Amino acid sequence: MTSVQFKRVAERRGARVVLTFEGSAITATSGDSVLAALLTHGLLVRRHEFGDEPRAGFCLMGACQDCWVWSGHGGRLRACTTPVVEGMTLFAQPPAARDE
Amino acid sequence: MSSIVIVGAGAAGIAAAEVLCAQGHRPVLIDEAERAGGQGYRQPAPDLALDMRRLMGSEAARYEALHRRFAALTERIDYRPRTLVWAVEGGTLHLLREGRAETIEATTLLLATGAMDRIAPMPGWTLPGVFTLGGAQVALKDQGCLIGRRVAFLGSSPLLLLAARQYRQMGGEVAVVADTTGLAAKARALPHLLASPRTLLRGLGYMADTLRAGTPLLHGVTPLAIEGDGHVESLRLRDAAGREHRFACDAVALGYGLKPESQLADLAGASFAYDTDFRLFLPKTDGFGRARPGLYLAGDGVAIGGADAAEASGALAAYAILSDLGKPNDAAAIPLMRRVVRLRRFQRGLARAFAWPVAQIRAQAAETVLCRCESVTIGAVRAAMAQALGPVEVNRVKAMTRCGMGRCQGRVCGPALQEIVAAATARDGAAAGRLRGQAPVKPIALAAAGDIAP
Repeated sequence: MTSVQFKRVAERRGARVVLTFEGSAITATSGDSVLAALLTHGLLVRRHEFGDEPRAGFCLMGACQDCWVWSGHGGRLRACTTPVVEGMTLFAQPPAARDE
Repeated sequence: MSSIVIVGAGAAGIAAAEVLCAQGHRPVLIDEAERAGGQGYRQPAPDLALDMRRLMGSEAARYEALHRRFAALTERIDYRPRTLVWAVEGGTLHLLREGRAETIEATTLLLATGAMDRIAPMPGWTLPGVFTLGGAQVALKDQGCLIGRRVAFLGSSPLLLLAARQYRQMGGEVAVVADTTGLAAKARALPHLLASPRTLLRGLGYMADTLRAGTPLLHGVTPLAIEGDGHVESLRLRDAAGREHRFACDAVALGYGLKPESQLADLAGASFAYDTDFRLFLPKTDGFGRARPGLYLAGDGVAIGGADAAEASGALAAYAILSDLGKPNDAAAIPLMRRVVRLRRFQRGLARAFAWPVAQIRAQAAETVLCRCESVTIGAVRAAMAQALGPVEVNRVKAMTRCGMGRCQGRVCGPALQEIVAAATARDGAAAGRLRGQAPVKPIALAAAGDIAP
């Protein structure tokens, strides 16, 4: 029925920012949260540690911790409260799970 | 001079800072967000082409006034946005800002930490596309996005209608607004709601809007399942007459009222009492917001009251601080206290008109996920409790099942866990116990904490 979760209804003025998620390039606008960038281009931000099921965040206000994505530099970031930065490399799973 | 630290730059924190500034103090105002306003008066970044005046509707004037007042205040306070308070030890607050840890000493601490949505679990609620009701509004106000193209609003809250209206205004399709509390219970709560006629009228206005827009509006529903393959495709529910409905949608906004973000109050030594109307453990304060010497609580982080009550209770707590520093001002404080009492009484009425669906939660099937962080089902909790000498208290249940032990620390599953535990022991919610807060109150990098670990 749909291949992206969020629908943008207000435009943002700002510089173009390119990041990658799971190896695919995503074009966002400076000021977008990582979560908004990922969900205006897809349906998930991560795969759950237990059982692999997709997740796309829940509270969007930094409380539920459901939207942590993995950074290519190691470590995680909370997608709903982290602004996009040019060149970000993001993954839905930790490095160990990706190598399997 | 004493150091006054306020945590939270929503309506309560801003109102408190304003009162303190007017008396010559320069409080520290710490806020996790990028911009002040909290959740209710969240302000979009200036580069987002969003008509907030239209979105805020009848609250637009208050929204604009609060931000104007805050702008006039920023130079006169020590404002620290993008800063997380992750622990409180005695008078020391542990902070994290842009990955760097630091501490600050507070001889006077005012916590105005706000609230988040209260959630009842149901089959399918962990599917991508299910967000909290507050989250649906954050997506719009913070990011200029709708959580989906066709959204179902489910729960029990007057804010379901408000959010649905905002979504319609922005070109979203609303599949249904479905409330689990029946119309009879709403009618019974009406006398309590007259405590704030202005808010009551606003709520009735939202209802009229919904009906005018032709959006299906159901009361007294039983949610059955959110369905879909990898993301939300439909919401199935039973109406008050027992008929089953399936609403095609690509997102669901879930909300059963609000619950205080009281983790820092817990760490700071506030005591808690079970509130039988809200069915939540709430921090205890006196009528002015004093929790213990040096600790003050205001806004929805202590008692759900809404934005107007938050603002009044923030100012009230500031007057309590001034009074305790030797500068009482009863002429200003007493009317504020009356206002807070009245507005919080209204919220008690709302808690009845939009009830936490205890029976529905207790009736959930074993397979329903209760803890989304750790993927613990309701059945796993029931099974652990059913063992010989099994746990009968939420913290023990958490230790055995990991329910509530994940990254959100029970913020999301806590209230439902309370009901499942109470049901299994045939006791009331209070006897099930209270999930204790732990530092860090939100996940932080170990390396950052290591910088200053005691």
